[in-house]
Amino acid sequence: MFSSDFPILSVITYLPLIGVLLILMIDKEKVGAIRIVALLTAAINFLFSLPLFFACDPSTAAFQFTEHVPWIPELGISYFFGIDGISMLMVILTTFLTPLAIWASFGSITEKVKGYMISFLILETGMLGVFVSLDLILFFVFWEAMLFPMYFIIGIWGGPRRIYATVKFVLFTMIGSALMLIAIIYLYYLNYQNTNIPTFNLELLQSSQFPIPINIQMWLFAAFALAFAIKVPMFPFHTWLPDAHVEAPTAGSVILAAVLLKMGAYGFLRFCLPLFPQAASEFTPLISILAIVGIIYGAMMAFVQKDVKSLVAYSSVSHLGFVMLGIFTFNIQGLQGGILQMINHGISTGGLFLIVGMLYERRHTRMIGDFGGLAKVVPVFSVMFMIITLSSIGLPGTNGFVGEFLILLGAFKSNMVYAVLAATGVVLAAVYMLWMFQRVIFGQVDKKENETLLDLNLREKLILIPLIALIFFIGIYPKPILSRMETSVKNLTAIVQQKFRVEEDNHKIRIISGTPMDKISLNEVGEQKNE
Amino acid sequence: MQIELSLLSPQLFLLLWAILVFVVDFFTAERNKASLAYLSIIGLVLTAIISISSKQGETFGGSFRADTFGLSFNIIFLGSAILTVASAVDYVKAHLKHQGEFYGLILLSTVGMMFLSASGDLLTLYVSLELATISLFVLAAYMKSDLKSTEAGLKYLILGAASSAILLYGISLLYGISGTLVLDAIALKLSQMPTVGPLFILSIVMIIAGLSFKLAAVPFHMWCPDVYEGAPTPVTAYLSVASKAAGLAALIRIFFKSLASTSMQWVPLLMAISAMAMILGNVVAVRQHNIKRLLAYSSIAQIGYILVGFIAVSELAVTSIILYVLAYMFANIGAFMVVIAFYNVSGSDDIMAYAGLSKRSPFLAISMVVFLLSLVGIPPMAGFIGKFYLFSAAIEKGYYWIVVLGVLTSVISLYYYMSIAYQMYFKTGDDDSPVRVSPTMAVALVVALAGTLLIGVYTQPVLSAISGASSAFF
Repeated sequence: MFSSDFPILSVITYLPLIGVLLILMIDKEKVGAIRIVALLTAAINFLFSLPLFFACDPSTAAFQFTEHVPWIPELGISYFFGIDGISMLMVILTTFLTPLAIWASFGSITEKVKGYMISFLILETGMLGVFVSLDLILFFVFWEAMLFPMYFIIGIWGGPRRIYATVKFVLFTMIGSALMLIAIIYLYYLNYQNTNIPTFNLELLQSSQFPIPINIQMWLFAAFALAFAIKVPMFPFHTWLPDAHVEAPTAGSVILAAVLLKMGAYGFLRFCLPLFPQAASEFTPLISILAIVGIIYGAMMAFVQKDVKSLVAYSSVSHLGFVMLGIFTFNIQGLQGGILQMINHGISTGGLFLIVGMLYERRHTRMIGDFGGLAKVVPVFSVMFMIITLSSIGLPGTNGFVGEFLILLGAFKSNMVYAVLAATGVVLAAVYMLWMFQRVIFGQVDKKENETLLDLNLREKLILIPLIALIFFIGIYPKPILSRMETSVKNLTAIVQQKFRVEEDNHKIRIISGTPMDKISLNEVGEQKNE
Repeated sequence: MQIELSLLSPQLFLLLWAILVFVVDFFTAERNKASLAYLSIIGLVLTAIISISSKQGETFGGSFRADTFGLSFNIIFLGSAILTVASAVDYVKAHLKHQGEFYGLILLSTVGMMFLSASGDLLTLYVSLELATISLFVLAAYMKSDLKSTEAGLKYLILGAASSAILLYGISLLYGISGTLVLDAIALKLSQMPTVGPLFILSIVMIIAGLSFKLAAVPFHMWCPDVYEGAPTPVTAYLSVASKAAGLAALIRIFFKSLASTSMQWVPLLMAISAMAMILGNVVAVRQHNIKRLLAYSSIAQIGYILVGFIAVSELAVTSIILYVLAYMFANIGAFMVVIAFYNVSGSDDIMAYAGLSKRSPFLAISMVVFLLSLVGIPPMAGFIGKFYLFSAAIEKGYYWIVVLGVLTSVISLYYYMSIAYQMYFKTGDDDSPVRVSPTMAVALVVALAGTLLIGVYTQPVLSAISGASSAFF
């Protein structure tokens, strides 16, 4: 579909910056023109990225559409872009949701529109860069660079406690990524001094002939995992999330939930597992337990929220717990479920934030107690709200079901206790979501202000319809998406297990030679090899 | 002894040009004094061209050496001076008397620094350091009627003189031990000595103490916030970059050349200084209300980061320090430019006064954010690549905990730098009038912005230009 030397990934990544340049040239009073340019840029970018879904070869796990140019050759830093089945889906998720989020801000953002749209487009470049970078330093550059557009989006256009929320968000993320930078440099020197190849190239580091000793792997894994766990966020690093979500403007919450949180999980998939497979298995019990605590804790916190937006925020903690649990099963079902759930969460939680934003624009409150009986007043809104709510719960027929089912299946195979505990999260999700939904939508219209609410306008319908279409599409026919990530996932499990084997052999040798090492818990991963 | 004066041509040219500025000053009417700034800039640019094109070598029996290392630092000194003078035009016109001398003194100080970075023996090094610093004493106290400025000048003079005396004492001890002042010869002598005695340790401690004063490294930083606050802001900008770079050039010349074989003795000391500077600078900066004091403490912390690279004592250490100081030059002088431009209009250095600046001047506000992010080390700004190199140098040699400290204190620095962004973007001030930026200042700001962003994204040309710098030592 693309000629092989066309730098499609760079085009997609930097296209939003062209939109930024165009917006800079528009007078800040011309709000309409600024909005249109921003929306068109994001929409065109989506159209550019969509062919990737079909052009990305599902039969290979190798990186495709690669672009490789030396950046700082002395240190082996290169400008290396490429995607596989996993990152391709993340790229399309990003380009798909960005125009919707921008469109959704037409109504809510009325001040400093120029700065807002510029921040949003820069944010898109940063997010896409994270998903397509295959050089550790390049990845780090985008990882940090996208922090500051978000800082301004929350801090300038957010709610009453926006300053606290945004500073907390930035400081949490920075602490994690600062230690990751050290780990990256350390990994580089470790590899360089043992193989004499100076490189930050992920592919080369992954296939390096030098097996990292387990005790060092543990440290490196911990440093990377901290950065990613804060981003996911995993319990107990989640405390920035409810603040940031609640205070961010609607579109900010959508992108935060749909894409930024995925970067954490993506980081685990792309960097932590392939680079430090043995440490990953050592950490599996800890991470799985934290994930389960997150699932249950998030659900219980969501249960008691009075504000719809913070309810959705805590439900994110719970959902991302599922994602992490799925990834750390190390079997194909769990991983596929985890990745699919990343996309699902983007669609359904993104949709919920959009819904909450639309509600807030009408009533200027998000308190559950202020609503009731909306089904009679705003029927179309209520139907769409319901579909998205059910998708978030994971009702069969919607996308959420497929993801959660696969995760639980994977978890069941690797550790039955985990699966049983996690399954309670599904039940709790139904309880808190449906209870909230019931209080907002059903019953009598007992507040006078609610009687005159307007139903969705055309713009709002057009924003929600693509999401709803996807909810059903993935729910009924997930195969196109699953098949595209399948080879990459298989490859990932193979890498993890193959390195296991090597380490296992080393382990035996070391024991024979009289240097006992920590016992390697193989979990059940080895058994999955033949699947 | 063959003396090749042509090697000194950049230094001599700038010296003559400084005298030219003093002379032209006599014949310039008061209202035209700003033209002297442009005359100075022309001289500085010409000197930079001469520096780059003149040949390398050593003369005066190794006392003077023109090499890539010296050239790299010369470019940093000249760049700082150019940016400082360009940003000072309006400020000097509005607030200072004797404008001509102001520019002349900056040029003279730059001459001193250029001799310093080229010095091959301890005496040349000491004398050029004094030449650089004495001009700065005068400049710090340039607002004679202002109490804070005179206090700054006096503090700087007394403490500076004391520290110079300590440095000189250290140098004389080293001379006593090795019997020579030439850096190469000292290295040779020391390598022949089986052990080092307490006298040697004493001399090293004194040299470090004396130079740490110039760097404003903890615990020799006491003067720094007061002097930075009191001195005219362009002088502060120049002090915070060029003067520190000069101290670093001296430190590298002495320690990497003469004392590299004894690095076991002094690396722990510098590591401690680095750690203290990072902690104290960053923690105390959090509580500052005056932007010049905040930048003073941040500059103390920045020296801490640079010393993280320094303790590696390797080729990468030299490269990383030059790269970082270059990035620091654009970002720090850039930040001070915004401070000057804002002061010219508002007359205030209070951070609270920056409220709503994003509305009053979007250009100044976004420039400030870029400079501050570069100081934190956020990609794609130059500061990131610089810090990345510094930390890489330390990790290569296995100094992990200091790097961990470095990145964690960087997170603290993010907090207080962002508190300025917070005022500019999230707060609205009482005053809504636009802040006008003069054309000269705007050009200087664009240059600093371009430097900050370009070095961050396209580092390769800079790296290849300074790649030969470490060959003077390793």
